[in-house]
Amino acid sequence: MASIIGYGSYVPYWRLQRKAIGGALGGRGGSGTRAVASYDEDTTSMAVEAARPIIGPETTVDSVIFATTAPAYLDKTNANAIHAALALPASTFASDAIGSVRSTAAAFRAAAANSESTLVAIADQRIGLPNSADERDGGDGAAAFLFGPGDGIAEIIGTASSSVELLDRWRIPGDIASRTWEERFAEPVFVSAATDAFADALKKANVTPDEIDKLIVTGVHTRAAKTARKALGIRPEAVVPDLVDVIGNTGAAHPGILLAGVLDEATPGQVIGLVVLGDGADAFVLRVREGITSARQPLPLATQVAAGNDTLRYADFLTWRGQLRREPPRRPDPDTPMAPPALRSTRWKFGLVGSRCTSCDERFAPPQRVCLNCGAVDEMAEQPFAGAKGVVRTFTVDRLSYSPSPPLVAAVIDIEGGGRLEFEVTDLVGPESVAVGDEVELTFRRLYTVDGVHNYFWKARPQRTVTAGSGGEDS
Amino acid sequence: MASHGIRDRVAIVGMGCTKFGERWDKSTDDLLVDSTQEALQSANLDVKEIDAFWLGTMGSGLSGLTLSRPLKLDYRPVSRNENFCATGSDAFRNACYAVASGAYDVAMAVGVEKLKDTPYSGLAVAGAANDGTQPALSAPAMFSLLVPAYQKKYGVTEEQMREVLTRIAWKNHANGARNPRAQFRAAVPKETIDCSPPIAGPLGVFDCSGVSDGSAAAIIVRAEDAHRYTDNPLYVKALAFVAGPGGGTLGQDYDFTTFHEVVRSAEDAYQQAGVTDPRGQIAMAEVHDCFTPTELVLMEDLGFAERGTAWKEVLAGTYDLEGDLPVNPDGGLKSFGHPIGASGLRMLFECWLQLRGQAEDRQIKTSKTLGMTHNLGGLPGECVSFVSLVGTEPSA
Repeated sequence: MASIIGYGSYVPYWRLQRKAIGGALGGRGGSGTRAVASYDEDTTSMAVEAARPIIGPETTVDSVIFATTAPAYLDKTNANAIHAALALPASTFASDAIGSVRSTAAAFRAAAANSESTLVAIADQRIGLPNSADERDGGDGAAAFLFGPGDGIAEIIGTASSSVELLDRWRIPGDIASRTWEERFAEPVFVSAATDAFADALKKANVTPDEIDKLIVTGVHTRAAKTARKALGIRPEAVVPDLVDVIGNTGAAHPGILLAGVLDEATPGQVIGLVVLGDGADAFVLRVREGITSARQPLPLATQVAAGNDTLRYADFLTWRGQLRREPPRRPDPDTPMAPPALRSTRWKFGLVGSRCTSCDERFAPPQRVCLNCGAVDEMAEQPFAGAKGVVRTFTVDRLSYSPSPPLVAAVIDIEGGGRLEFEVTDLVGPESVAVGDEVELTFRRLYTVDGVHNYFWKARPQRTVTAGSGGEDS
Repeated sequence: MASHGIRDRVAIVGMGCTKFGERWDKSTDDLLVDSTQEALQSANLDVKEIDAFWLGTMGSGLSGLTLSRPLKLDYRPVSRNENFCATGSDAFRNACYAVASGAYDVAMAVGVEKLKDTPYSGLAVAGAANDGTQPALSAPAMFSLLVPAYQKKYGVTEEQMREVLTRIAWKNHANGARNPRAQFRAAVPKETIDCSPPIAGPLGVFDCSGVSDGSAAAIIVRAEDAHRYTDNPLYVKALAFVAGPGGGTLGQDYDFTTFHEVVRSAEDAYQQAGVTDPRGQIAMAEVHDCFTPTELVLMEDLGFAERGTAWKEVLAGTYDLEGDLPVNPDGGLKSFGHPIGASGLRMLFECWLQLRGQAEDRQIKTSKTLGMTHNLGGLPGECVSFVSLVGTEPSA
């Protein structure tokens, strides 16, 4: 059995105000906001962002399991892009658990049962037709958990499930949106399954309901999750808020995101109940270990949630989701990434690994064979740039070039410790908000999709910082 | 190892240049016939008397057949050159060397580009197959990177910079208005330039050169033969060309307020021609004003202004048609237009007219005898740069 030894959450920068939907389509639209994956994000890129803080150059990872209901590719393993973006060795196994919210439980179970080191990356992008409940109440986000030997930061001490073949929510491959049955029909089915699975898990964990310090109940059947929170017999103050009001329901990622939020503030010895509704219910009981005090994620969930930008226009949201086709610029389509050069440059394109001259220490991105500084030939070592910080040397707002969301903002970035990048800048308050001297960090994105190929690469974004009072005080 | 140059060993004895612009009325073949016929007529030559050809085009045709077919050449050698926006200059340079080497008596350099047969805004260049990690910035965006860097380094405010860039565009449009071959023939008020639709960074439409079709040609012979063809040839004083190592996008030393490639090619050219005081010795310069900030930075790189002062010189009118050192008297890329492969030879065509007193309405008044063309291709941080000096007087 393996314990959780590292965790991370990722909530994208953009929020859609639900009233913006009503403003465009009529009706009320609802209150609060939902998290929105930017035009340059998908489940693969968000999973990378969640996992990056917990995977360093020295971290051992034997397997990567990627769980999502919204894979970027079919018939091709998405976990391999995550694996490559984390610059993991070829000997690391990578595989997808794709299909439903339950894929998350599959990944957790597999990782916990394994004695090796497993990275579970979960991401979801909840898409519905305009004016649907899924569009309004869904959300986008990701979480990652590294499982490994030892006590770690939390141990899964009880696991149980209740499987029900239930026509509550389904989607034929190729459809944009899921279909659902009448809401009231499945509610008691879910509550019953949750009650059974949770009781079973408590029993296996040898824990009584009043020993539960934190209870997380998630599920895309919002109404059933709400009822189950009350039905499981746990103290109300132990129930973890579901954040649906602010980030929406992030589907397969939601249990992971909420668990990350709990771990941000958990203390050793605490017992956490995690119940996920979907095609029945899956229940986990976890005990927090001593390791938690030294393994908090650098940017707590509360900070990520609070840092959102809710000025996104509904028309842009629809455009980003491909549901509103707009006039393209009078420019050629962007280059299709070609398979042979992409394979040759995997370490650079996905891992952002450049080179460093072993003769004079000059750093290069992309990697070079001949040193610009001293002229040495083939005396280069690998130089990772992904975790680097940089400063904007100069910048531009390109209103002519193709971009999935014009205008394209780009900057020349000088990296702390050496090296220079010419990168797009993303997650900006506005296109005019960049200035010379701004501090930026790097983020893995999907630049664009052309000819059915997702072009993954890196961009810069404004340096994110921990906001006061958002936890992580002992990290 | 050294760059010796071929000072005064070859001379230009004939030139031609089409009207530049959206030439939907003319094909690439038509433009090539027009420019070469004009060049041949100005030297009183028949095409059969040209021994070898260098054709510069970035994307309007592959191989020497692009020229030999429309001109029906009699089994003559044609080299096809490509060197980004400095393509035409490189064709000229190689033709000069061929004559200087003694391999041929008479050579012709031709540049052509047909950009307006595609529907794109701005310049569209197809790159080599790649991994999708190359920056996808447009040319104006790349050159606009100069602006914030220059402002920061020299303490120039946004408002001052706008005034400077507008002054450059205004000057080049005013010059082009006097040039019947220019793409844009109207002077443009500063207020219009100030508020033109934004393209990239602080650059508006009027900060960008004209996307255009056109062709230009030059005939080159040995200097001692020049007077057989014309009474007033132009002697080639210097030809300098460099391709940079691309260091500006890799290393932190490059600060986006200069083009190292331009500095190096200018040093080489001045040394070849024995020029020690470019600002004082040169009568006029045609420089690569692809975007207004490019012209600003070039004034410093070419030694026409001290570092950090070109913006003041621009505002003082130093580079105006009536200024101390007229720059782009023909309107430049800005208003003459920029058909890539033809531009280097178009610059030379203005030297041909100005130094020989044939520039009519825009004729500069000077006793100096040297003209410069400066042509660059690529982007700030990684480009190729060409500088030529030509003059009416052979050295003693």
